[in-house]
This record gives sequence, structure tokens and C-alpha cells, in this order.
Amino acid sequence: MKCQQCEKPATFHITELTGEQPQEIHLCEGCAQKYLMQTPGTGMPGKASLAGMLAQQLKVADTAKELEKLDEKCCPICGISFFEFRNQGRLGCPHDYVFFASELEPLIVNIHGDLLHKGKHPLTHKRSTESQTKLIQLRREMNEAIRLEQYERASELRDTIRNLEEGEEQSEDDHTV
Amino acid sequence: MDLNELTGRAGEWMKGAGPQSDIVISSRIRLARNIAEFPFIRRCTATDRAAIDKAVRDRLAEVPQLTDLAYMRVDELSDVDRHFLAERQLISRELVEAEGARSVAIDANERLSLMINEEDHLRIQVMKSGFDLVAAWDQINEVDDLLESKLTYAFHDKLGYLTACPTNVGTGMRVSVMLHLPALVITQQIEKVFRSLQKINLAVRGLYGEGSQAMGDFYQISNQITLGRSEIELRNQVHDVVPMIIDYERRARDFLLKQNQQDLHDKISRAYGILRTAQTISSEETMHLLSSVRMGVNLGLIDDLLIADINKLFVDTQPAHLQKLRGGPLDTAGRNSERALYLRRYLSQKEKDGADQN
Ligand SMILES: [Zn+2]
Ligand SMILES: [Zn+2]
Repeated sequence: MKCQQCEKPATFHITELTGEQPQEIHLCEGCAQKYLMQTPGTGMPGKASLAGMLAQQLKVADTAKELEKLDEKCCPICGISFFEFRNQGRLGCPHDYVFFASELEPLIVNIHGDLLHKGKHPLTHKRSTESQTKLIQLRREMNEAIRLEQYERASELRDTIRNLEEGEEQSEDDHTV
Repeated sequence: MDLNELTGRAGEWMKGAGPQSDIVISSRIRLARNIAEFPFIRRCTATDRAAIDKAVRDRLAEVPQLTDLAYMRVDELSDVDRHFLAERQLISRELVEAEGARSVAIDANERLSLMINEEDHLRIQVMKSGFDLVAAWDQINEVDDLLESKLTYAFHDKLGYLTACPTNVGTGMRVSVMLHLPALVITQQIEKVFRSLQKINLAVRGLYGEGSQAMGDFYQISNQITLGRSEIELRNQVHDVVPMIIDYERRARDFLLKQNQQDLHDKISRAYGILRTAQTISSEETMHLLSSVRMGVNLGLIDDLLIADINKLFVDTQPAHLQKLRGGPLDTAGRNSERALYLRRYLSQKEKDGADQN
């Protein structure tokens, strides 16, 4: 028997059980590997399948117009648009998990079957989530100011960033003393 | 660390030591971590990347247990050196191909590697020879705690460790075991194994080759989900299934021996013969033949070689290793004849050693 996707002999006989009817697929080793990687439930979802998963989810939930609007939504901290995430499958900053929570939650449930972390926690919480994202935002604003040649504003921002970082190192030291 | 010194030396996973090392090549755990005060890599400027790299490097210097690590800027290495590290599995293909400031810190035993500015700011990896996930977890957990005492990780109370890709969120942990399963491939049972693993949320992938094609009958089994279970639960999920696969593979080997030992011996001897005499040979063919020979050594059908020799040949015959051993760049045709020469020399030396002992 020949492989259904190329000329090599089929050595893998896969019965696909995910559809309504069991489906027999005959493939060579190479094509079987590729096939099994693509099948949901095998392999780690790559960029493409993650985007596909999202697209499918959004198709059910939103009309084209709503999707268009959603695509324009941008994280206020890092500036990533939902469209960019949807396309690349990578988020822009930790705050995206909060900002895009309602879009991400169904995706996360789809991937992991859960929404609650049960593993280890950092032993020390040195910085509040707010001050963390604040630093990301300030750095972005500083880079933007440099790009627009607003050097005075950039140096103000640099000072604010330094103060924030040093203030925390100070309080970290206080804890350890 | 002088990369030339690593050339010709066997890294941790090539040793062919550790529990069940006839079938289990290596056990590996990696953790994905991000530093809270920087955007994820995708939204990082060149300045951000350099700052992340420096922050991690500076903190590493403050942890006494980690000061021995050799730190290297991957973007400043030659292309061959980058691939050389990837062939030893010290860095990922993603880190080879990424752009901008990125680095790796490696311990002398090649068990621990920290990748900086990969898909996440930090990827911690621990690798052990053979089937040893318990030791791998203990070590990586300790390294993670040490780093966490110096860095603030991006962490969410409900979702856990935050990662650039939602597929890694939660524990950020990927547990994988690399297995050599030639008898399951020959007896066409491997697909059954795939399907049963799929049902319990484990992923299977081939190790070598372009894209996803498995070469040399190596398969990597890893957890697919990272959220909703503790690290120990995720580790145990892989840990508990591996002995069953080892058992299947052993039974398939017994079956092959019983059913037609002559055919199997013939196949293995021919593979060994080609490796000892070929004048030019591709990487793919080498993998394929080495896989047969590896099984032959395990079954006692070949006695000139140890598993460690075969593991070493698998690595040394890859493109970047060949070029490092040769000391200069080689095109595909050049590599194919260099590979054949290397195999002929290595194997005839082993045969001679074996004859001298007898
Ligand atoms: Zn095919
Ligand atoms: Zn963001």
C-alpha cells in the first residue's frame, strides 16, 4: 500500500477517531510524523495551530465586524494589538493576560483544560504587579520619547524609572535586614 | 568556556549512562520564566534585550552556586558554533535562529543550561543521562529558587508563571524523555503508542531531522499541558508512562529475535558494514544505520561497541560537529565524505581495540 501523501510505502495505519466516523489513514513514516504533529492533541501547538484555534473560537463568538474591532484593541502597557497576538501567537507583556483576559480564557481552557495554577509560587514577592507593569510602560514611553527626539521628557522618564527601581531595591534591603 | 574543548568530549546525555540507558537516551526538564519588569521578547526593543541579558548575567554572578557557569553571547558566536551547541542540545533551534542579544550559560558537565532571550526571557534546562526525571526536577527546582531570589518573575496568582505563549503558562514546565524505539518502529507498533499517549495529553515527536520527521528512531515524549497540575504531577505523568513504553520496546525486541533472529542479525550487520566502509554518506542514512547498530549492541549482536560510542557517533556525525572536528567549513558533499571518513576511522579503531583484547 502506498502512502496517501507521497509515493513511499505506507507503514503507518492511523485510525482517526476524532470525527464522527472512524477514518483510516495510511502514511509513510515521514508523512505520519507530520500528520501526527498537526492533529490536535498531539505535539505542541505551534504558531499556526494556535492562531487556528483562536480563529475558530472567534468565529463562533464574533461577527466579522466585532472581530475587526477586537483586532484593534491594544494593550496599554506594551502596545501589542490583539491582531498581532492572533497572527503571531505570542503575547507582548505580562499585563496582556489581564487586559485580554476574556479573549484568552477560552483559549487557555482549550489548551490546558484548566484556568488555575496548582504548581509552585515564587518564595518572595518583591514587587507588586502594578509597579511591575508600570516599569514596562515607563520604559516604552521613554523609548518613544527618544524616537520623537523629546529628550527632556525622556530624561524625566529615565529618572522616574530609576527612582522606582532604586526605591524597590531599598525596600528589598529593608526586608533582608 | 572554549567550545573547541567541548568538541570530541561526550556531553551528559551522550554518556549512555543512567537508568535504562539502552532505551532512554536522556531525561530533560525545562522551565520558562520571564522577568516581570520587561515586556515579553516580541515587544522588546534592542535596548530591552540587552538590559534583560545584563540583568540575568549580573544576578547569576551573585549566586555562589551558579558562578561556575560558562556564559556565552549566542549572537556573537559563529553560525557553526551556534549549531554545534544546538546539536549537543544545550540551546534550542529557536535560540540559534533568533535575533538580537541572546545568550546561554552552561555548566561544565553540560547538565544545566540557561537560555536568555529565547521565546521567553529565561529558559532553564536540566538534562540527565538515562531515565532520571526525579534528579532532573530536584536540580532544576533548586536552580529556579536560586534565580528567583534575585529576579522578580512575571507571576499571576491564578495563572501562575506568565509566558510569551499561552501554551506554556502556569508551571512553564516541559518534561521530556528521549527514547530509542527501533523495534516498535520495525514492528509497526509505534503508532499505537502514539495514540495511547495522545489520549493522556502527552506529546510525541521525532528528535532529529528537518521539520518533524523522526530520524534514527528517536522519539521524545513530553507533557502537553502546563497549567492546572503541579510540577510533581506533570513530572509523574511522564515518569509513570515511560516504563510501559520501555516494556513494549523490550517485548518488540524479543519478538523480533524469536521470530527471525537471522533476518534481524543480517539487517544489523549490513548496517554496521555500510558504516564501516562507506566513502560518502548523508546524515539521514547515518542516523538510520546507527539506529540499527545501536539496537544490535543492546541485543548483544555486535560486541565491538558500547552504547556510549554510538551516542557519540550520533552527535559527532552532525553537520556542525563534523565541521568543528575537521576545523573548517564543509559543503554538503564535503560533509558526506568527511562523515564517512570519520565513521570508518572510528569504527576500525574500535574493531582493532576489540581484537587486541581477545
Ligand atoms: Zn508519505
Ligand atoms: Zn501588553
